[in-house]
Amino acid sequence: MTARRIIPCLDVRDGRVVKGVRFKDHVDMGDASELAARYRDQGADELVFYDITASPEGRTLDYDWVSDIARLLDIPFCVAGGIRSVDQAARCLDHGADKVSINSPALERPDLIGEMSDRFGAQCVVLGVDSKRAGDDWVVHQYTGDPTASRGAGRRTLDWIVEAQGLGAGEIVLNCMDEDGVRRGYDIAQLQATRACLTIPLVASGGAGAADHFRDVFQQADVSGALAASVFHSGVLAIPDLKRQLEGDGIEVRR
Amino acid sequence: MSSVTVLSYGAGNVASVQFALERLGASVRLTSDPADIADAERLILPGVGAAAYAMSRLETLGLVEAIRAFPRPLLGVCLGQQLLFDASDEGEGVQTLGLIPGHVTRFDIDPALPVPHMGWSRLEVVRDDPLLEGIQPGDWAYFVHSFVCPDGPATLARAEYGTVVPAVVRNANRWGCQFHPERSAKAGARILQNFLGLPA
Repeated sequence: MTARRIIPCLDVRDGRVVKGVRFKDHVDMGDASELAARYRDQGADELVFYDITASPEGRTLDYDWVSDIARLLDIPFCVAGGIRSVDQAARCLDHGADKVSINSPALERPDLIGEMSDRFGAQCVVLGVDSKRAGDDWVVHQYTGDPTASRGAGRRTLDWIVEAQGLGAGEIVLNCMDEDGVRRGYDIAQLQATRACLTIPLVASGGAGAADHFRDVFQQADVSGALAASVFHSGVLAIPDLKRQLEGDGIEVRR
Repeated sequence: MSSVTVLSYGAGNVASVQFALERLGASVRLTSDPADIADAERLILPGVGAAAYAMSRLETLGLVEAIRAFPRPLLGVCLGQQLLFDASDEGEGVQTLGLIPGHVTRFDIDPALPVPHMGWSRLEVVRDDPLLEGIQPGDWAYFVHSFVCPDGPATLARAEYGTVVPAVVRNANRWGCQFHPERSAKAGARILQNFLGLPA
């Protein structure tokens, strides 16, 4: 079996980690390399780096920065932000990233998922999905890194993830936008519905505020990993304490 | 300082392997030139992606025979381990390097388990080996794969993911790691360190 993964997400702007509430009002949380090293030492199972300004500014990640992170880490990491082509993804992987995550560009051109998967293997291709409640269903949003550009993508979330899996995505990170940054817990119902549609790993994102939220999402939604940002950056929850508590709840974690 | 040659052939996570070896103080040479293999002290064959694509790259670059003939310690990582076997069912099926007997197959497991097998699993050492010195039962390693090597006499360590996953294999001077030692924290670093210490 695999341990349930605890995945700190670092939203990066100019080498600094920032955190907003519901994707807005960003606050500086510290140097990205320092935080990455701290999470590595605390027992994070994987890290995600999201260059939040790359996509809105029409550029991609700084590859030298990807290399600096790769030198530092002995755990896997995923990068995201402005990756729109197979060549850009290849450069991220060549510079030491283990996975690349794509979001809006995949909505614009779904074939990008298959092209990346054919070239690198599905295991490198993570699809990020920003999803919002709409009545008793969920719909996909895009360009969420920029509040002025953020809008609905005109797709049902469950349709999109199934299509993406068929095209060759290796993992889905489902970010439940209604819960993002507000620390009330993960959107269990949405994650359960998503898990039931997939055969590839699913990572929960959005809403973590306490150790119990991680327990609930692992036990009730059967996700492979849980991603969180502010709850770790702010010091509210330390990874070793979280893992100890999860282990006490009978959840297998890497310690 | 221990020196190691890493094959960079367009189907591998070369940078992360290189950085992990450098963290251990090794002198690392990246190459795609068969001539460099002949005088390598130790050789690492990384690999991610599809087996057929990786084999076509090795063939195009003229590396297949050089790898087969390499007489000193060789370590295949992830797809690199799978390529050491005779063949893989991946895609249309492909003949691979044929250095360890057996056939790589698709995961035949409970459909409730997500595939790829992606994440940290525990290692169970089944046979002592210099590569596994210092590895404790239950040490964690990071796996990412959709195909699985055959369990057999070459298996040195196993993981479990709905079925037996040969995690470390060996046949003579060829070793393989199904997981990514370069991304497996302490246990991974120990294995790479052990590899650097194998008599060349």
